[in-house]
Amino acid sequence: MTASQPDFWRGVRDAVPIMIAVAPFGLLFGALAAENGMTPFEATLMSATVYAGASQMVGIELFGADIAPWIIVFSILAVNFRHVLYSATMGQTIGSYSRLQKALAFALMTDPQFATTEQKAEKGAATPFAWYLGLALPVYALWVAEAWLGAVFGSLIDDPAAYAIDFLLPLYFLGMVMGFRGRANWLPVVAASAVASVAAYHFVGSPWHVSLGGLAGVVVAAIIGVRPGHKLVV
Amino acid sequence: MAVSTTIWVILGAAVATYLTRVGGHAVLSRFERIPPRVEAALNAVPAAVLTAIVAPYAVFFGLAEAITIAAAIVLALRLPTLAMLGLCWALVWVLRQAI
Repeated sequence: MTASQPDFWRGVRDAVPIMIAVAPFGLLFGALAAENGMTPFEATLMSATVYAGASQMVGIELFGADIAPWIIVFSILAVNFRHVLYSATMGQTIGSYSRLQKALAFALMTDPQFATTEQKAEKGAATPFAWYLGLALPVYALWVAEAWLGAVFGSLIDDPAAYAIDFLLPLYFLGMVMGFRGRANWLPVVAASAVASVAAYHFVGSPWHVSLGGLAGVVVAAIIGVRPGHKLVV
Repeated sequence: MAVSTTIWVILGAAVATYLTRVGGHAVLSRFERIPPRVEAALNAVPAAVLTAIVAPYAVFFGLAEAITIAAAIVLALRLPTLAMLGLCWALVWVLRQAI
């Protein structure tokens, strides 16, 4: 164990920039969850077990509306489906971990966790399990604590629309979409989803614009495909 | 105490999300390489779903909201997400008072 301690602390150092970037969004999640009627316990439970920012925001957006539970679960699943690609790639990078270590490593795998691990491996740096935990655990602890903190303070605000807090979620999603713009097929995917979503919202009604709009973008991406040897961009 | 629907949805989402995290390694790694169209489709899912959630806000929710969404797209090209979020939050608040 003593041999792996320097690796752990090397991971913690690498976690600092991630924590700075993530910190405001952990609090924002807690506060918006409270605005949408979640208790601090529920918000904290969601951060601790789902542990995927964008999808948690999608969850609270849909909790606010009168939507069947399975559609909410399905929408969260859809947003998190990208993990399948990360997992296939990172599984090779952490191939030397034991089964149990892999099971835990994947539970803590987020966009920045994946990106940092792959960057290190690409530079030829070692990515042992102790380092991985050092990178992942502080971010996880921060994220879970912030959900509780944000929800406790968020529940003190009584009229979200008066402060335009209701519009923070769509803006956050838009920011995420713009953040993905380096990905393959981004513009055609986003254009197709936007048009299909607006049409579905008008002709079919909410919440079907989410599934139908999303489906349109995915179909367009599948038709275009990717170049062989294309690199996965987070 | 009965467990609320919210708790069940959270736990269901947690299980589904964990399956996406282990699933790629467990299933896709059996393939020599992921078929390009499957990879393109999977890679497009988050941008597609999040766009589908946002798009109606630009069209059906009023002028202040439409202007703010347009401003947010331009600002996001130049600024970090958090800066865009702060500016557009102020913008939609001001526009709602003005319009």
